Amino acid sequence: MNVWIAIAATAVGCYLVKYLGLAAPAGVLERPLVKRLAALLPVALLAALTAQQTLSDGRYPVLDARAAGVAAAALALVLRAPFLLVVAGAVVVTAGVRALGG
Amino acid sequence: MKPDSAVIRDALGVGVAVGLSGFAFGVTSAGAGLDLLQTCALSLLVFTGASQFALVGALAAGGNPLTAAAGAFFLGARNAFYGLRLSAVLGYRTAVKPFAAHWVIDETTAVTLAQPDRRTARLGFTVTGLTLYVLWNLTTLLGALGAGALGDTDAWGLDAAGPAVFLALLAPKLTTAVERSTAGLAVVLVMVTLPLLPTGVPVLLSALAAPAVLLGQGWRGRTREADGTERPATGPDGTGTPPPLQDGATPTDRTTGEDRA
Repeated sequence: MNVWIAIAATAVGCYLVKYLGLAAPAGVLERPLVKRLAALLPVALLAALTAQQTLSDGRYPVLDARAAGVAAAALALVLRAPFLLVVAGAVVVTAGVRALGG
Repeated sequence: MKPDSAVIRDALGVGVAVGLSGFAFGVTSAGAGLDLLQTCALSLLVFTGASQFALVGALAAGGNPLTAAAGAFFLGARNAFYGLRLSAVLGYRTAVKPFAAHWVIDETTAVTLAQPDRRTARLGFTVTGLTLYVLWNLTTLLGALGAGALGDTDAWGLDAAGPAVFLALLAPKLTTAVERSTAGLAVVLVMVTLPLLPTGVPVLLSALAAPAVLLGQGWRGRTREADGTERPATGPDGTGTPPPLQDGATPTDRTTGEDRA
């Protein structure tokens, strides 16, 4: 049940913000501070999510095969690899390190 | 004059590359303990990849459902700013907007804003949106079904897919010191507070890095030209092939929409 509540809340919220942008009169969200904040929020959230899901068990810091996988993804990004290759690289390296006992 | 075939090729390219990554989402979601219906409902109804990955990650960690939804929501809030840009470019009637809204995401924005006029913009938006929507949902279904056959998804390294997606979305945004400081501060905030606060809260707390960095920047030197606006990421929502945007034609260019309208 909890999962469905989360799904419903996310679906409604995410749809409404999409619609808000499309339907809002031009200028409403155009204040420079609002725009800058809106651009920076995903940066903060994505960085935090990447760190949390790579370097912790959800609560405590952990260094395991995922770190190697995500490092491979970072390298692929630096080399401007396509998105699929970035994700596939992370998965393959993580699985490989784990298979080797990492 | 840009031929329709070129617009459709751009749109399909982005659509296919990103749509396929829905497979990773399906697997991740199933691995997080969501059932088939729940996983597919997310891709059908939320349809913005980063938010979906964030939500299932938070649920897997045992977070409160509303805290988990809040993190996903804040990630999705950038789509409002895409919508603003697109509104001027696409010029859809009021009755069409509720339907078009569901497809307002990173990739459709990137393709649409790269088009030279309203007609090709609409074509790009529609073809990208449709391709992505169909493929994202189809591959989500396949991933969720496949996860069962894979058994322990961690053994396959699939728990690294989520953070890799986040990183792929993040990387193209780290263009200036402001973004890099924000990202660094957010990482510190989340790692320090993880053991201390209830599950899901640390990620929300890390969002404070954004206003904190802006505030710090305001103190140091006020109002340089405010140019740090939203820029569609290179890939799902964020992903796929780099969008066919030149720097001068990104949504950061405030005049773009008006010029084309």
